[in-house]
Amino acid sequence: MTTLTQTRPRASRAGSARLDPFRATPFTKAMLALAIFLSIFPIYWMIIIATRSNEDAHSVPPPFLPGGNLGENIQAVFDAENAHFMTGIINSIIIASTVTVGIVVISTLAGFAFASLNFRGRNLLLLSVVLTMMVPLQQMGIVPLYQMMVTLGWTNTLKAVILPFLVNGFGVFLMTQYTRQAVPRELVEAARVDGANTIRIWWNVAVPAVRPGMAVLAIQTFMLIWNEFLWPLIILTPDNPTVQVALRALNDRYSTNYVLIFAGTTISIIPLLLVFVLFGRQIIGGLMEGAVKE
Amino acid sequence: MSLDVDAGHRTRMLPSNQRRHARPPGPRRLLSWLDLRAAPYFFVSPYFVLFAIFGIFPLIFTLWVSLHDWQLAGDKTFIGMENYTELLADDKFWNSVVNTVGIFMIATVPQLLLALLLANALNKKLRGRLVLRLSVLAPLITSVVAVAVVFTQLYGRDYGLVNWLLSLFGVDAIHWQNEKWTSWVAIATMVDWRWTGYNAIIYLAAMQTIPKDLYEAAAIDGASPRRQFWGITVPLLKPTIIFTVIVSTIGGFTLFAEPVMFGAGLMTGGTTGQFQTVAMFIVKEGFRDFQYGYAAAAAWILFLLILISALINFALVRGLGRSR
Repeated sequence: MTTLTQTRPRASRAGSARLDPFRATPFTKAMLALAIFLSIFPIYWMIIIATRSNEDAHSVPPPFLPGGNLGENIQAVFDAENAHFMTGIINSIIIASTVTVGIVVISTLAGFAFASLNFRGRNLLLLSVVLTMMVPLQQMGIVPLYQMMVTLGWTNTLKAVILPFLVNGFGVFLMTQYTRQAVPRELVEAARVDGANTIRIWWNVAVPAVRPGMAVLAIQTFMLIWNEFLWPLIILTPDNPTVQVALRALNDRYSTNYVLIFAGTTISIIPLLLVFVLFGRQIIGGLMEGAVKE
Repeated sequence: MSLDVDAGHRTRMLPSNQRRHARPPGPRRLLSWLDLRAAPYFFVSPYFVLFAIFGIFPLIFTLWVSLHDWQLAGDKTFIGMENYTELLADDKFWNSVVNTVGIFMIATVPQLLLALLLANALNKKLRGRLVLRLSVLAPLITSVVAVAVVFTQLYGRDYGLVNWLLSLFGVDAIHWQNEKWTSWVAIATMVDWRWTGYNAIIYLAAMQTIPKDLYEAAAIDGASPRRQFWGITVPLLKPTIIFTVIVSTIGGFTLFAEPVMFGAGLMTGGTTGQFQTVAMFIVKEGFRDFQYGYAAAAAWILFLLILISALINFALVRGLGRSR
């Protein structure tokens, strides 16, 4: 990758504008416009329906502009019997935040050890992390995980949802890569010569340097966990759901009431929409950096 | 994935080791020696302890459960391979396998091709790059459940937008849930809508590491943009494509939320199981019919299927572009 940054002589050829392979043709622009329309439209339309009345939603063709019923539709979502939407939102916030903090701490610790410390078995352990990233652990182990929670008496508790989600090889891998690049070995050695122990070095040298990586991991983890569906569906009872499970209940019970359901889905994406708007640049940057390193 | 080892590290440790030999180890020396030796394990232990309890143990335990007629609180009778033989003869299981593979194929192939084209377009000189990239990535913020709910409505028989659009071309209203093919297409579009932009961004990142000179040289030699794309971009992107194919394989084979929501929240996947995936089959057998051993056996076969499919795809993509 470093070879790319070296300066190369800029060719100033006659007619280079026509030869420029990176020129965006009208066709390219049209295709991009279509792609963006298709990406945005379902979200836009979901929000539009959430602001309308049920009669509007059933009209053909359906409405494409917002109406004035958003407030009462949202109220109806929270009042909907047996959906427990408010509980779902609170549970999801607790679960996603706890898992995010947990994964970031666990991954930063392990990433520092893998990138900056020497120990027997390091490569083997790191290899095991990478290999298990490829195994869908939650889906594979769902029966024993359930049995485990039943035996412990933890069914329908948030810790039963949280603990299995903390196992995230991707986070460890990401932080290992990030630490390798952000924390020079010399700095670690220098701190050690100065008499700092490993925990101090981690806290005072590594953590400040890898903070951007932690932020990217935190954003990605929060989005991932907020959307989890299968495991919460199985381990929690319907009166104590996550937001995704509550959406399913809403969809089941009020299957013909589209505005209600769409108001629910709209509420459910607000936290991620906020994350996206506030940290969009970091999300793109993190994704692209991660992709090149794979 | 690079797992490069810093080969120089052992020599750097030497000075402190020598000093340790030169002086008798006092309590402070011992502490710092312990710190040097034990701290790394302390740092990686949270991950590996959790991994052992909630990762490896359930995986192995699944194998154990699959050899039993398993009741959560009651009898657990060892029955050997019976669950597996029964499963391999179970039409419903094979139906779910066919559905999963079918949806995976019609979702993934167009998705990755579109993502490549989209990435290629995003790699051109354009204004407002960040906004463009964020718009393409926007579907990722909607949860799988929300996507499924919205698309199920779009594919609604009576008031759905898709049928309305088709009616403009004189096509009769389609009941998307009813047929195998239509339900597969509907579910595949949900998957594609959510993940095409994500894969495009991954490809874009890899494309930007390709030296621009290559394209300029090819353009001077008269290579058309299409030839440049297939002759330079795609071959150089191969490692990234393999990565996305493997990730898509895992995601595709564990497909769950979309077909569940498409089928009114049920695990049956339509009246005759026309879109029941393996993950739904596992949940239905295990958590609706309480056949835990049977479900566990299905989970292991699913894992084998993922492994086989990942290997096949890996081989296919590796051969990609070689013939060109």
